[in-house]
Amino acid sequence: MKKIEAIIKPFKFEEVKEALVLAGIQGMTVSDVKGFGRQKGHVEVYRGSELEVLFIPKIKVEVVVPDSLVEKVINAILEKAYTGSVGDGKIFVLPVEDAVRIRTKEKGEQAI
Amino acid sequence: MKKLLSILILIMIILAISANLVFAEGETPTQPKLDTGDTAWMIVATALVMLMTVPGLALFYGGLAKKKDVLNTIAMSFVTYCLVSFLWVLYGYSLTFSGDMAGIIGYLDKAFLSGVKVESLQGTIPEVLFSIFQLTFAAITVALISGAYIERMKFSAWVVFSILWMSFVYVPVAHWVWGGGFLAKMGALDFAGGTVVHINAGIAALVGVLILGKRKNTLLVPNNLTLVAIGAAVLWFGWFGFNAGSAAASNGLAAQSFINTNTATAVAALAWMFTEWAVTKKPTVLGLASGMIAGLVAITPAAGFVNIIGSIIIGAVAGFICYFSVTAMKPKIGYDDALDVFGIHGVAGILGAILTGVFADPAINEAGKGLLYGNPGQLWTQTLAVLVTIVYTAIMTALIFLALRIFMKVRVSEEDEIAGLDASQHSERAYNL
Repeated sequence: MKKIEAIIKPFKFEEVKEALVLAGIQGMTVSDVKGFGRQKGHVEVYRGSELEVLFIPKIKVEVVVPDSLVEKVINAILEKAYTGSVGDGKIFVLPVEDAVRIRTKEKGEQAI
Repeated sequence: MKKLLSILILIMIILAISANLVFAEGETPTQPKLDTGDTAWMIVATALVMLMTVPGLALFYGGLAKKKDVLNTIAMSFVTYCLVSFLWVLYGYSLTFSGDMAGIIGYLDKAFLSGVKVESLQGTIPEVLFSIFQLTFAAITVALISGAYIERMKFSAWVVFSILWMSFVYVPVAHWVWGGGFLAKMGALDFAGGTVVHINAGIAALVGVLILGKRKNTLLVPNNLTLVAIGAAVLWFGWFGFNAGSAAASNGLAAQSFINTNTATAVAALAWMFTEWAVTKKPTVLGLASGMIAGLVAITPAAGFVNIIGSIIIGAVAGFICYFSVTAMKPKIGYDDALDVFGIHGVAGILGAILTGVFADPAINEAGKGLLYGNPGQLWTQTLAVLVTIVYTAIMTALIFLALRIFMKVRVSEEDEIAGLDASQHSERAYNL
């Protein structure tokens, strides 16, 4: 099992979500997050007073999938979250040791 | 016979007219009479000016403050309105508008509004209504200053400052210009408060921040620009009472002040926006709102004296110049005027007062004749009134701060400033989102 965390541009979220559902994922966790990458932040100007805003709003999508789905999910995100401009985001793949469904107490891939 | 009759009739007519004239000359002057139309309008205008301080100014300033200082900023406007409302009826009105001692100050005979009866008149409106109309001017003038001092001044120090500044600065200057004092006798024109309100507040702001010192974080970080936009719009709306109400009657002059106010404000907002667009490539909402305020301030002394061309030029100059006064002059000189009270109210007030001396059109108001209409002396009178106000206000504000420092701490501690004044001064916070 792997956990895939994707940090994407907020306006790309709907497309990514639909592509992941089509790819066969069973569930996802989504959060509003803020951060910066190589593009850094942006500058806001209030009456000529420049305010550097380092953290830019992003959406973090977290899915846990069987190893067989990892490539499919990554490709779906790559295709749908891509704009080609700076700040498109990142995908992280993490190993998952186990999963437990609280309601049924099922474990492993049965639980995701 | 017929000719004789004609002559007799002619003589009788002449005698009748002469008698009538003699009677008219000998007649006692007509008693002032209450005009219900004027009174109704002035009640509305007074309520409109009240709306400018709370909520208008409170929202405008509150939205511009940092998130941790919103409530304290709003509270400064609120408490000032309350304090001035109380002190004005105690002695403010009397010292400003009752009599004249050597052109400097009025008398105390109307303290506690004694002698101001329900039937007493000021022109064609009840005197008590005139008194509260003027009260709202005093309140907003003091509240305006708070925008410069926010995010660092102790609330207790602000309360004492408000009391002292209203008593020793606003009251005398208002007396000089509007209460029959020496500037009024000199012929200084100030229709609705360019000198009394805006230059006065702007200079107090500048002097105060120089004495108070800079904040730890001098950046302007508005917590809520929606509040700023609403506050600016409420100020514009209320300003119709401020300027058109200063005609003290519901007449053509009030209507002219109304359209001048609206025109200058719109032009100033556009002038600021296009200047900003050209310089920084983005037209900001805060820029539009700031331009509005600059236009409202600049047209205030001129509203009842200039024609529509004058109001357009005054608005355009104010929007353009004030943009640079807050974005270029302030950083260059280095004072920490948090919400640009000097940069907008002070600068636009000075521009408006001086340009009144240029554009005052006797066809609009026979009381004012400016440079363009053959009276260069008016420009000098205006400049002198501006200079007198600047010098007096600067000295008195400095003295008030020095006196305050002897008796109390004027600034919050560094820790309280960083934590925010909402928590340290009021044990509250604005947002629990």
